[in-house]
Amino acid sequence: MGDTKKPDKDGGTSTPRPLNPKQQSRRDFLEGAGATAVVTTAVPVLGISAANAQQADNAASVPTTSIRLTVNGVSHSVDVEDRWTLVEVLRDQLDLTGTKIGCDRSECGACTVLMNGAPVYSCSQLAVWADGAEITTVEGLAQNGQLSTLQQAFVDNNGPQCGFCTPGQLMTATALLNNTQSPDSDEVRSALVGNLCRCSNYNAIVEAVVSAGEKLGGVA
Amino acid sequence: MKTLININASSISDAVAAAQQALGNGQSIAFSGGGTDLLQQIKDGTDRSDVIINLRTVTDANQITSNGSGTAIGGLITLTDLSASDVSAVLAEAAASVGTPQIRNVATLSGNVTQRPWCWYYRNGFNCYKSGGNECFSVVGENQQHAIFGGGPSFIVHPSDIAPALVALNASFIVSGPAGERSLSAQEFFVLPSQNPLQENVLAPGELLSGVNIPSAPSNTVSTYHKIMDREAWTHAEVSVAAVLTLAGNRVEAASIVLGGVATIPWKLDAVESFLVGKELTEAVVREAGALAVANAQPLAKNGHKVPMTSAAVERTLMSLAAV
Repeated sequence: MGDTKKPDKDGGTSTPRPLNPKQQSRRDFLEGAGATAVVTTAVPVLGISAANAQQADNAASVPTTSIRLTVNGVSHSVDVEDRWTLVEVLRDQLDLTGTKIGCDRSECGACTVLMNGAPVYSCSQLAVWADGAEITTVEGLAQNGQLSTLQQAFVDNNGPQCGFCTPGQLMTATALLNNTQSPDSDEVRSALVGNLCRCSNYNAIVEAVVSAGEKLGGVA
Repeated sequence: MKTLININASSISDAVAAAQQALGNGQSIAFSGGGTDLLQQIKDGTDRSDVIINLRTVTDANQITSNGSGTAIGGLITLTDLSASDVSAVLAEAAASVGTPQIRNVATLSGNVTQRPWCWYYRNGFNCYKSGGNECFSVVGENQQHAIFGGGPSFIVHPSDIAPALVALNASFIVSGPAGERSLSAQEFFVLPSQNPLQENVLAPGELLSGVNIPSAPSNTVSTYHKIMDREAWTHAEVSVAAVLTLAGNRVEAASIVLGGVATIPWKLDAVESFLVGKELTEAVVREAGALAVANAQPLAKNGHKVPMTSAAVERTLMSLAAV
């Protein structure tokens, strides 16, 4: 498709990134800096990037499909390899690196995004399966520079410790708050069973979600 | 991930046709409903499919429809939708017990029923019966989670929560393939390792479970699903009990009790069922039912805990259905 659009920082659009996920970013810079020290080792710091490098090398020979994703309200046409997962496309093609890859096998929840409003593990969806879907990532929660009520509650209740699980926790909890008015702590725990926090900061996370629900539900 | 070709199917027949074509080209195929576990297996190399037939684009197999004789459920209904449905408590509770909300939002009835075993040997690439070899490493290995019923030569436990519920509801299983549709009883659909150690069901390459039919039950029928896990969430059953009882007051008119998590297929407790018919659900009767449930158990070296656990689970499940 020729109408591929990609949002700029200022909300405009730019030409799409080609099927080469490796463009200059903080991540690439750090990897590049490492590679100058050990020139023969092209293997980057993160296993994910090793996979991407391999994908880029093979790009000409592997099946690709043009898909359309609406991410945080912005429509994108993207050419994806059939084997790419949704989180790989979000992070490597659309530069939305707020969504994290933890286990890459549906166990930890760090990659949770909303697909048509429902939380899913983006590590375990092929991007082609999301064709036509509305995706919301953690980048879509703040509006006009204002944190969402839930995000602010995470700040106020010290929800994040290391913070790696926070985007996934926020997305699952956002879906809960969209569907349940003022959930109690049991409802929050039940909704968040698919999001692990290896700092084990669960109490603070549950308190944050409960308090956000109370704020959103309004004072009776 | 390895190179894959994704094909979006628009209907069950379209999916079957796409599968036939790929198989004819010498490619290996996998049908994908939610695809959560499939992708995990592909990443791990325990599934080597070349072509994925994506069933999320199929629109003719995710409905619940009732008619005079029962309820038909499309195999591609999500577990989230199934858990919110009012077909039967045992089915909704079983669906709600699976995995996590993120998984249930995409996982399907068919995918849950036909998922591969979660034996740690099979999942970690051992060349066992389930991956085409001729050994079950659990026999003299770490068999804490393995079968106490229906084992040999493989001792996997059937991993599904939905399957015991469906068997307890006397569902028939609709298989779609190149020869069209066929309807199978649970006994015909699920396969003991002694019949074929490679598979857990009769599905041939290119066939899929496209739906189930559940016969109508009398209005005084109650049901529930009780699942015991080694942690509170996101895991398979140590033991689970799917129970469907027709009760006149507290007197059992008909009983259907099926175990999950302890056998190589959903394990129907025929002896317990006939024992219960005609009896009042008293504590003594329930305790006897619990003992009878494990009369033929054959634990391995390290899974003996499943025997009293199964008895207790059967007792608790029955007591929870007893009229108060």
